[in-house]
Amino acid sequence: MGKNKANTAAVDANMEKAKQEGKLLNRIKKSRTSYLMLAPYLILFTFFTIAPVLVSIGLSFTYFNMLETPDFVGWANYVKLFLDDDIFMIALKNTLLFAVITGPVSYILCVLFAWIINEFRGKMRAFLTLIFYAPSICGQAYLVWNIILNPGKTGWLNGILIKMGFLDEPILWMQTEKYVLPVLIVVQLWLSLGTGFLSFIAGLQTVDKSLYEAAAMDGVKNRWQELWYVTLPSMKPQLMFGAVMQITQSFAVADISIQLAGNPSVNYAGATVVTHLLDYSSTRYEMGYASAIATVLFLLMVGTNKFVQKVLGRVGE
Amino acid sequence: MADKAGYKKPKKVNYKKQKQLNRSKAGNGLLFVLMFICGVFMALPLVMIINNALKPLDEIFQYPPRIFVKNPTTENFTDLFVLMNDSWVPFSRYILNTLIITVSGTVGHVIVASFAAYPLAKHNFPGKKIIFGLVVLSMMFSYNVTQIPNYMIITWLGMNNTYLALILPAWQYGMGLYLMKQFMEQIPNSLLESARLDGASEIRTFWTMVMPNVKPAWLTLAIFQFQQMWSQTGNQFLRSEQLKPLQYALQQITAGGTARAGAAAAVSFIIAAIPIIFFLVCQSNVIETMTTSGMKD
Repeated sequence: MGKNKANTAAVDANMEKAKQEGKLLNRIKKSRTSYLMLAPYLILFTFFTIAPVLVSIGLSFTYFNMLETPDFVGWANYVKLFLDDDIFMIALKNTLLFAVITGPVSYILCVLFAWIINEFRGKMRAFLTLIFYAPSICGQAYLVWNIILNPGKTGWLNGILIKMGFLDEPILWMQTEKYVLPVLIVVQLWLSLGTGFLSFIAGLQTVDKSLYEAAAMDGVKNRWQELWYVTLPSMKPQLMFGAVMQITQSFAVADISIQLAGNPSVNYAGATVVTHLLDYSSTRYEMGYASAIATVLFLLMVGTNKFVQKVLGRVGE
Repeated sequence: MADKAGYKKPKKVNYKKQKQLNRSKAGNGLLFVLMFICGVFMALPLVMIINNALKPLDEIFQYPPRIFVKNPTTENFTDLFVLMNDSWVPFSRYILNTLIITVSGTVGHVIVASFAAYPLAKHNFPGKKIIFGLVVLSMMFSYNVTQIPNYMIITWLGMNNTYLALILPAWQYGMGLYLMKQFMEQIPNSLLESARLDGASEIRTFWTMVMPNVKPAWLTLAIFQFQQMWSQTGNQFLRSEQLKPLQYALQQITAGGTARAGAAAAVSFIIAAIPIIFFLVCQSNVIETMTTSGMKD
């Protein structure tokens, strides 16, 4: 009896499916233009993104040293990663700490600075945008921060702190475990006005100006209320975009850590998931293991993104 | 230089003239101070690059390092031009290569990504959500590990050691499509309907209505993409010297160690200056467009 019921249910489901498929085929036919416009992108995307990512995920279940053919090892890489790799745990902890602090803070900085710069007009605006985007376009973070953090008495930070009487001896900033992560966080914040920032600048241009007048009549009294009730809700799509960019950036931090603290850094104080990944991929040539790290990082970002998009859905409410 | 320019900030903006809504004087003053302090800090790399390029050798090696140049000289640039003259292939060839790679990588990406973004933003068709989801998710996979599969695929397609190895992958970066799609979503449907009622095809609507309305978006995307393409060295894929871009040639020059520190400083300046010029051209257009058009639903 129970079995029968299950059977009829399955038949129903099949019928339903067939109906939908008929509809689906129709809809696909009707959407020819859409697919045509998407086609060039999708073809390239399949070759240069989807395929490499799938191959990498596949490689994460193998031992692969780039010389011999990959050896299937099942979940071994993942097991080793979580049970047997102390450095990965440090790197994971650092990355999470890093992302939790720099992610939201730099996101807010991007919005704030874009919004403030938007108050300016004409050439001044373009100039200010350049100044604040400079760290992203010049790529000299290493040079600048080496002078600031120079471990001798001549380093700016040491010099200032000694002059003001906070220090007697200069501090070896990047060689002292407890300072590495905080300093890297500051440097990352300095670097954070990048992709998200510029897209906000562009997004602010598309806000309908008449909304501000309407809002003023509705009782919006100052610029902060205007920001929250008018500006931000009008640029939700850009805010979503900026959030994704900020997540990918703050979880994938590696370059500044390697440049300023070295890889490996003192007691792995500056180790992040991606420095760990780079250690395996470009120093040890263990691509299978590196791919497993990349896959874990990917899942971490996807989860965070889900959460953040939910939070952003409530802006302006 | 930036200090002085920064100091002028408050004077240049005349708020009385514009008579803005909901803006207090105290608030404005506070923002100026904030922007000035942060601005000085953010301008550091720019200031250093300019000063370093003008420093004579003894100042470059001075310890402790100073930011501002004492006796500015153009020696570094003349050194660089001398070194350029004994490159393996004529230096103009590197410039041509960079031009080809950067222009086609940037223009191609903006067009391909915009074309794909429009149906994702404004059409309804089966598979839309999956495709868009894949694009966004793909940005979260570390490119450090996809480089090797990527290399294998490019070799398999026979594009190794051609410009295409750098150009075609650049056309499908997920970020560009995502950015364009987000901006296109904001275009009111009524605007598109009116174009369709006039009998315009979808491609025509896209080209004459959508693209002009999202000009800030594609100009911004062009900035990102130009920066990306300009910094490509092509080391992975290009083996023939005749195909290599400027970035590679310049880095070869600076690889000469301390003896070439002066030329290296000039190189850093040029490497930063070109994208900055491009940035300024695009940015000033971003601002111009929207003050005149303005979208209303």
